[in-house]
Amino acid sequence: MGMGVDENALISTLGKSQKEHRKLFRKASKSFFVEDEERAFEKCHDHFVRHLKLEFSRFNTAVVMWAMHPWERDARLVKKALKKGEEAYNLIVEVSCTRSAEDLLGARKAYHSLFDQSMEEDIASHVHGPQRKLLVGLVSAYRYEGNKVKDDSAKSDAKILAEAVASSGEEAVEKDEVVRILTTRSKLHLQHLYKHFNEIKGSDLLGGVSKSSLLNEALICLLKPALYFSKILDASLNKDADKTTKKWLTRVFVTRADHSDEMNEIKEEYNNLYGETLAQRIQEKIKGNYRDFLLTLLSKSD
Amino acid sequence: MFVFWVWSETGWGTNEKLIISILAHRNAAQRSLIRSVYAATYNEDLLKALDKELSSDFERAVMLWTLDPPERDAYLAKESTKMFTKNNWVLVEIACTRPALELIKVKQAYQARYKKSIEEDVAQHTSGDLRKLLLPLVSTFRYEGDDVNMMLARSEAKILHEKVSEKSYSDDDFIRILTTRSKAQLGATLNHYNNEYGNAINKNLKEESDDNDYMKLLRAVITCLTYPEKHFEKVLRLSINKMGTDEWGLTRVVTTRTEVDMERIKEEYQRRNSIPLDRAIAKDTSGDYEDMLVALLGHGDA
Repeated sequence: MGMGVDENALISTLGKSQKEHRKLFRKASKSFFVEDEERAFEKCHDHFVRHLKLEFSRFNTAVVMWAMHPWERDARLVKKALKKGEEAYNLIVEVSCTRSAEDLLGARKAYHSLFDQSMEEDIASHVHGPQRKLLVGLVSAYRYEGNKVKDDSAKSDAKILAEAVASSGEEAVEKDEVVRILTTRSKLHLQHLYKHFNEIKGSDLLGGVSKSSLLNEALICLLKPALYFSKILDASLNKDADKTTKKWLTRVFVTRADHSDEMNEIKEEYNNLYGETLAQRIQEKIKGNYRDFLLTLLSKSD
Repeated sequence: MFVFWVWSETGWGTNEKLIISILAHRNAAQRSLIRSVYAATYNEDLLKALDKELSSDFERAVMLWTLDPPERDAYLAKESTKMFTKNNWVLVEIACTRPALELIKVKQAYQARYKKSIEEDVAQHTSGDLRKLLLPLVSTFRYEGDDVNMMLARSEAKILHEKVSEKSYSDDDFIRILTTRSKAQLGATLNHYNNEYGNAINKNLKEESDDNDYMKLLRAVITCLTYPEKHFEKVLRLSINKMGTDEWGLTRVVTTRTEVDMERIKEEYQRRNSIPLDRAIAKDTSGDYEDMLVALLGHGDA
């Protein structure tokens, strides 16, 4: 079972079928329908109803998301993640770390408009624990995006970061210096820092340096977004992906499709990692209008 | 532009009076136009030309006045993070009294001029409690609507009161409320604080025997967010009476508030000191510097 629904096939088979045919279909589909012998009808399994609703809605969700202004899209994503709770905070990291400074600011403006409060106050008041500082800092960032960088400053930050993730006691994600570096430095500065860190430590900064998955995710989103997106796309296309993970596919496509350069990097990275193109994988696994929509989005960057 | 011709014909050296008469009564758009016409005509930035001719307090007043408000704030912010001119009040003023969108323009001007973000500089040049307070203050993009949630005002007033009673003046929640809530919401919260607990929060904070820099800054933050003219009156009073260490306070307040809320500040000054502000300034300053300040104070009347 892939994702989406082959609407045309459904129309031509189910749509045109007679009552008796559909009854036969229900009797034959034991995984979807269960015989209620006492009352003589074939009952739909609850999970089938949910599954169908979900699959039918994939195209719907994608289109609605696509029609929205990117700022509103991101603001709503953050709000939803906040409501969902800790398990969804990775979305907040994704939005705040992979968008440009202007786009993140735009999302914050949209947040004011949609929810009558600022993104940072909402996050600050709903997130508790060690992750609060990092999350609030990440969404509050308005990073320098020019091409000037002080390499020795990046090197000294790399040393600080190396010490912070190595030392015990307070978790790295809470440490002031870690938060300062990750939430205020420009992405270019962080690239230089990355190089120095790996030299100093002899290990990869992106190899999971911290116990905090949010911290690790922030690092990969800031330094190698194409890698990050490729990995989560692959996870969403996996046959064992759960309901939540499958939704990542729509989100990544819809939010990144407008950015041709980034999309091309993602396509290239995906191909390098998994040996087939995204387009091929979509063709294999996805059905119907949802598939066509995704492929159209994908082709925008060709 | 007739004015220009007169200016260029009579030369620079002894014409502070002309400079004052040309610039002091122009609004920001006009000053910007003057600068660009000057640059197009004489192939040099007006401020560079002025820099060669003028001196000390007068020069500073003219320079600050001529700069575009966002550039001015960026310049002041940069100055305030440098070791020898360290003055955290300035950062508090900029972060707390400028409208949210104006603060964004300041950040853009800062990045354009200094090739880094204001946040990374503030973060790097502060530590401990000061950073805990100043960094979110400078990063926040406050909601500016009038919406107030009275239940939230009550519950957050309670939190503030608890922290004050415990002397936890740099507590995470304490800072969170001050640095993320909208001004309207904060106003309601602090009113409730006053009504419920009998004293304005700053009165309680003043009772703290260890009145260190952090405490002074904290009180300034609260005043700037709720009653800015009171803060500016204080800066003026201390500067005019040569008390405290903010020697450029007079120049800064006059040049930055003239087009904003100078009338209210004048009223506050008169109320508090029983002498009009321009009289106090005339007594304390002299020469071209005095003329410039007095001209700026009368800006609205021109």
